[in-house]
Amino acid sequence: MADGRILTRRAFVAVAVGSLAACSSERPRAGLLGVAERWNERVQRMLFDPQWLAPELPASATTAAGELPAYYISPGPPPMPPGWRLRVGGLVATPAAFSLDELQRMARTDVRVRHHCVEGWSAVASWHGVRLRDVAERVGAAREARYVELRSFDSGYYSSWDRESAFHPQTILAYGMNGEPLSPHYGAPLRLYGAVKLGYKMVKYIDELKFLPTKTGGYWEDRGYEWFAGV
Amino acid sequence: MPRPDQPWPIRLTHWANVPLLVIMAGSGLQILAAYPMLGPRGALYHWYPFNGDVPPAWLRIGGWLAGARHWHFAFAWLFVVNGLVYWTYLLIAREWHRRFFLPWRDTRNAVQTIAYYTRIRKTAPPQDLYNGLQRLAYTTASLLALVVVVSGVAIYKPVQLHALTVPFGGYDGARAAHLVALALLALFTVGHVVMVLLHPRSLADIVTGGKPHG
Repeated sequence: MADGRILTRRAFVAVAVGSLAACSSERPRAGLLGVAERWNERVQRMLFDPQWLAPELPASATTAAGELPAYYISPGPPPMPPGWRLRVGGLVATPAAFSLDELQRMARTDVRVRHHCVEGWSAVASWHGVRLRDVAERVGAAREARYVELRSFDSGYYSSWDRESAFHPQTILAYGMNGEPLSPHYGAPLRLYGAVKLGYKMVKYIDELKFLPTKTGGYWEDRGYEWFAGV
Repeated sequence: MPRPDQPWPIRLTHWANVPLLVIMAGSGLQILAAYPMLGPRGALYHWYPFNGDVPPAWLRIGGWLAGARHWHFAFAWLFVVNGLVYWTYLLIAREWHRRFFLPWRDTRNAVQTIAYYTRIRKTAPPQDLYNGLQRLAYTTASLLALVVVVSGVAIYKPVQLHALTVPFGGYDGARAAHLVALALLALFTVGHVVMVLLHPRSLADIVTGGKPHG
């Protein structure tokens, strides 16, 4: 009993010290913290319910104009390139390049849900656009396309989503905000908006959508932020 | 076999809490530093006196937001498991009975203890393992740990586990409750350490187990 206790205590201290040594704040997706992230991703995928909708909020919940931060990595809001089109490719039956007009002629979906930023703040705006899954259906995205990558003309900002979250009914390619056309500040002409991920997963200034068999990364994900980032 | 004042599962979970609480609090404050305000954008909670104040660097763990989030969500599991082990042991070993505050049993003793500490009363009230005030303090700390975990899960998954945010009045309420519960836990810890320094025997007992009780 006494021996067992000492061993337990020694093992406990060894495990504790070893664990801390395997944690690096600079490379949080490696080492023990990386193991924990992969475990957490499994848990998040398990928790994710493709049928569950985030509560739609009343117009009165809308965050006051000017209080909703807009982030981009270029020095200023990147201007829309002339002749802009949304290129859609990868594992699809018919690769396509949609003009804004073509996207606006597809079924419109409105979403007004709470926005959760990785920094901790929340805000509310209403967004309208076309469901990502409607675009996927239009181009015939293959079953094997387990991931969707979104690229932008904002200095190479990009991200990638699991298929289930990307095909969620509240995940849209938004071309409008609070009843107006999307402004350059918030991602014009087209941005991703979704209820089930943190803000940095919602790529603004989108110009390319790719359906892929394997997971890729993202601008912030490559720098150490969680890849799944579900809410 | 007689059981010591502090059986080993209680000592183990008690001491595991020290590094776990430090890591959870430190990484939590680093996360808070990214947006050191409470309340949603455009509708801050004005009752919070520290809106805009970044927690001091010496209290933060994780270096930056992504680092701190990974620390927080990794060690949260250990913190929860440790708490579950503790509560399960309290339940199956019936230890809760001599540790938790039962109002009908302990209120009178707690009041008498306060009277003794404030020198209104000359003699300490009779006690066994703990007096009523200790039971109140330890039970409150346990409940605060529960609040900190539930509010934490709520702000981690405010959509998939939306129901958890409801008792707090939504995501931002849960985020505020998460910080307030941490502040109260920190306050408890300060009081706890002060009392232990005044009664060093209790420190020896939580290390060695103390004398066996029949």
